[in-house]
Amino acid sequence: MAEATWIGPIPDPMPGPAPAAIDMDSWVCPAPLRDSPAIVMGHGGGGAMSAELIEHLFLPAFGSAAQAEMGDSAVVEVGGARLAFSTDSFVVKPMFFPGGSIGDLAVNGTVNDLAMAGAVPMVLSTAFILEEGTALSEIGKIAEAVGAAARTAGVKLVTGDTKVVDSGSGDGVYINTAGIGFIPDGVDIRPERAEPGDLVIVSGDIGVHGIAVMSCREGLEFGTTIASDCAALHGLVAAMLATGADLHVLRDPTRGGVAASLNEIAKSAKVGVTLVERDLPIPQTVRDACGLLGLDPLYVANEGKLLAIVSPEDAEQVLAAMRQHELGREARVIGACGTEHPGMLVTRTTLGGTRVVDLPIGEQLPRIC
Amino acid sequence: MKYLDEFSNPDLAKRLIEEIHAVTTRPWAIMEVCGGQTHSIIRHGIDQLLPDEIEMIHGPGCPVCVTPLEIIDRALAIAARPDVIFCSFGDMLRVPGSDRDLFRIKSEGGDVRVVYSPLDALKLARENPDREVVFFGIGFETTAPANAMTVYQAKRLGITNFSLLVSHVLVPPAVAAIMESPTCRVQAFLAAGHVCSVMGTHEYPPLTDKYKVPIVVTGFEPLDILEGIRRTVLQLESGRHELENAYPRAVVADGNQAAMQMLNDVFEVTDRAWRGIGMIPGSGWRLSHAYADFDAEKRFAVTDIHTEESSLCRSGEVLQGLIKPHECEAFGRECTPRNPLGATMVSSEGACAAYYLYRRLDMVQAVGG
Repeated sequence: MAEATWIGPIPDPMPGPAPAAIDMDSWVCPAPLRDSPAIVMGHGGGGAMSAELIEHLFLPAFGSAAQAEMGDSAVVEVGGARLAFSTDSFVVKPMFFPGGSIGDLAVNGTVNDLAMAGAVPMVLSTAFILEEGTALSEIGKIAEAVGAAARTAGVKLVTGDTKVVDSGSGDGVYINTAGIGFIPDGVDIRPERAEPGDLVIVSGDIGVHGIAVMSCREGLEFGTTIASDCAALHGLVAAMLATGADLHVLRDPTRGGVAASLNEIAKSAKVGVTLVERDLPIPQTVRDACGLLGLDPLYVANEGKLLAIVSPEDAEQVLAAMRQHELGREARVIGACGTEHPGMLVTRTTLGGTRVVDLPIGEQLPRIC
Repeated sequence: MKYLDEFSNPDLAKRLIEEIHAVTTRPWAIMEVCGGQTHSIIRHGIDQLLPDEIEMIHGPGCPVCVTPLEIIDRALAIAARPDVIFCSFGDMLRVPGSDRDLFRIKSEGGDVRVVYSPLDALKLARENPDREVVFFGIGFETTAPANAMTVYQAKRLGITNFSLLVSHVLVPPAVAAIMESPTCRVQAFLAAGHVCSVMGTHEYPPLTDKYKVPIVVTGFEPLDILEGIRRTVLQLESGRHELENAYPRAVVADGNQAAMQMLNDVFEVTDRAWRGIGMIPGSGWRLSHAYADFDAEKRFAVTDIHTEESSLCRSGEVLQGLIKPHECEAFGRECTPRNPLGATMVSSEGACAAYYLYRRLDMVQAVGG
């Protein structure tokens, strides 16, 4: 083939090993066509499509056996005691990322689901689905992370399961955990309890986990130094409850970020939630990465942060208690609930305008330019 | 990497907004050409802060939005082939063709991948010599140099299993087409800053002279946009029609010479259909004769695929600034980001999607009183 005619300086055409293109198995499809006859990634996105799958396929099929309130944890009464019960599966890629691993997430994710009902997490199950060919050294590191996270959180791993699938049928390791926690008397924390006038508190910087994971995904290395905020939040919740304040709603804004959590609360409680953009704690690295990729930090996942909705009378003592705790030092009020625009989340922009922040359909896709 | 905060400073923005109010005495209709500017205007609520006399018309500058249905259908046909790895910018994956989108192709077994850099697609071609790797090369002058670099390098390195599906569009012919329209309401343009950072500004003085219309090269952060609007209004109020550069930190008059040399080598000007607008003479690029071997449309014989656009969708009128998105009967009803009829509802840079995501509050309040 003839040499091209342009002779200007060009960068080294192929420096280093070729990064694979972003593997879309780890992405969530934002808006596939509605009439898809098969599962597409969007069905697992935690947004509108996931809700439709549950509503139109699972619940009708389960029939009278279904008794789910669609929260992160179910609350069941056993012999007069109220127990929170929750399960979650972890398929994150890569398995190791700055600040944690799939093992940390598997423990903290379920512990946090229980904590957001105000429960004291007690016991966890762990089920591993391992792909044929995965190095034992990697499984060992993940198992150690599970053990360490459970010890830190003070929960016992009381039962488990291990299965192996054919090479190519999994991504190394999938983990499912389920957990049970005890809900103290007088605690009633659920999304429906948000009221007009309540304040919205966040426990610290947002967007950190999502950017940390994205920063090391195949094909998307942009060299940021940010580490995941993955942590168990029940200690922080206990400190907040110890103030005697009546916590109306707690939520850990994981998949779909702060935007998804507050949209769900607004819809459940039929209140309008308004955020103040200039009060949002967004670290510079998250701002920069989101600016480069065309993402909105409000939609980026967190794994060690919580949102609390409390009455204005209780807000000050709750904030004070949070700031005394290692995981809540940067806690602050970021917005309020009101009677306007019920069911919607709205942000007052730094310049003084307003915009609606909608429930994500799936994860965001980077814009083209 | 501090490039966002300085250009979002609310105090400086307030001063610019006050200046714009002070100099505005009459109604003016200003079109921002680029979808990135539309996104920024709506996201920050900038249009809500302008004097009532100033109407921002959202132009056809979203490359995802203006890519014709026919090209999407050709992309889908190529991506469905078992011998092909089809690479694209993320935004394009959810753009519906006649009956499917690229996500659907993937769920049916097609090898569809998101890449950030077109050169990553070329690396994939080198790593997979037994597969055909195709990159969906869309965009304005901004994305063209990186896309051109792929075939330039492929030719130089003798990589024969790589090809480009090209649907490049050009800004100046679109500006002329809008001004030639008998229903044109546009009195001034904010030109797309990043297009000019590649191409320079020499293409615009003929347009300001011929159509007696001010054109101000404008950036994308809030202060950039406000400064562009301020300068535009000053010209309109004083009866001037000149080219001004309000984005000098990125744009020089001569543009990027190395990029333009490469573009001249790799591409040649062609007539191009714009989705929702129709054929605009000389408004696109196709691969030049020297690079015809890398043309995916020819390699996979898809040039006989022809498609008609939806009759319900009024995106053409939106793209020409004749109606606002919510004035379309299908807006928010048959047509949502989840189930888009037209491309302006698909990309987050599209005017309809921006209105749907950020502006439903105004509409809810307007309807509900």
